Amino acid sequence: MMADVTEARVPAFARGTRLQRDQVRDQWVIQAPERAFLADPVAAEVLQRVDGETSLGVMIDGLATAFEAPREVIARDVLAMVGDLADRQVLVWKA
Amino acid sequence: MEGVSSSPSPPPMSLLAELTHRCPLQCPYCSNPLALEPKTGELSTEDWFRVLDEAAALGVLQVHFSGGEPMARKDLPDLVRRAVRNGLYTNLITSGVLMDAASLERLSAAGLDHVQLSFQDVDEDGAALIGGMKGAQAKKIEAARLVVADGMPLTLNFVVHRLNVERIPRMFDLAEALGARRVEIAHTQYYGWGLKNRAALLPTRAQLEQSERDVAVARERFGTRMAIDFVTPDYYADEPKPCMGGWGQRFVNITPVGRVLPCHAAETISGVVFPSVREAALGTIWNDSEIFRMFRGTDWMPEPCRSCDRKEIDWGGCRCQALALTGRAEAADPVCRRTAGRAVVDAALRESDKTFAYRSYGCERLSSADTSDGST
Repeated sequence: MMADVTEARVPAFARGTRLQRDQVRDQWVIQAPERAFLADPVAAEVLQRVDGETSLGVMIDGLATAFEAPREVIARDVLAMVGDLADRQVLVWKA
Repeated sequence: MEGVSSSPSPPPMSLLAELTHRCPLQCPYCSNPLALEPKTGELSTEDWFRVLDEAAALGVLQVHFSGGEPMARKDLPDLVRRAVRNGLYTNLITSGVLMDAASLERLSAAGLDHVQLSFQDVDEDGAALIGGMKGAQAKKIEAARLVVADGMPLTLNFVVHRLNVERIPRMFDLAEALGARRVEIAHTQYYGWGLKNRAALLPTRAQLEQSERDVAVARERFGTRMAIDFVTPDYYADEPKPCMGGWGQRFVNITPVGRVLPCHAAETISGVVFPSVREAALGTIWNDSEIFRMFRGTDWMPEPCRSCDRKEIDWGGCRCQALALTGRAEAADPVCRRTAGRAVVDAALRESDKTFAYRSYGCERLSSADTSDGST
């Protein structure tokens, strides 16, 4: 749930879900049981950093640097998105 | 066929690979055609390898290995491995009755992503009445246990109909107890075997409404812990379903002998050649063959579809249902209240409400109608 999502936590893809490049349509998709969701460019940037070892805080640092954006804005968006995907069983918590 | 569409075709998202029609179960609503293919005509492992390579290159994202019972094919782990190598998401649609620890381990090692396990009912007797196989329920429960123990995500699929629809709450209990991540509650679709047994299977309106309440309660109870798909029987709807997300737009089906179809019931359509992967590349078939072009897009539509504001929402509904119920595949889907053909659907519903007389008739039909070709 949202209240548990802090920067110390480490997300991973749940077994049976993954981020994948769709070469034919030139887009990123989240592959999941019996469906594929389109990952918009922002979600794709975030999810490419999900490796089961990197904490949300480190991911947010990297994104803030890469996009030269205010860290607090990135942090808010990333925590909300990752919390939502964890609720939907796309992501699980390694820590 | 006249008026085939010239609309550009987006690549398919999803491939249903019907590896075999062989199956130990005999369900009277099976989506396989009435004329089942023998083992001798089935595609070879090498044929399927080429199909999987071509499907991935064409743009397919997910492959659903189905049947029949796909675990009856000994090369299933090799096919899964080939699909995985191509980046395809692999889904096994199985009855579970042939699964044991060793066979699941081979599939898991091959990289299988997900299992959809069918249940015919919540207890042994109900399951045996539909599936016609003694001891099937215990094998299915063991299969579910193995999948969950492996860590693979599991979907339980329940096809519901007049004889089991009242047990939907217990179906959710079973799914929770087994650790399923998803549940599909799918009302029977009335083509082929289902249509043949419709008088025994079609629920009453009261049963349908109760099933909708039961699913709503389960959604509330499980929240995001369990994904729930609910497929309603379209006979009770006022507008047709957008069958396959539109003909030849997202979905491609390959039969055990290699015929390529826009949906699993399309072989009921006469007067058209069904192309085969033995003779042509999948991409050529998808883009250029008559069967895929004949109902693609909206150019083929008759009235009332042609001028309908929903024509790009429901895509004219289901071609095979139009054929089965009106005799013409190019007619509007008779589920639609805006068509004259609706009368034939309403007549079937009036029959279903004769519950009291039809229940015993139904059981008789089920036990006699399911054995003829179902297992060969």
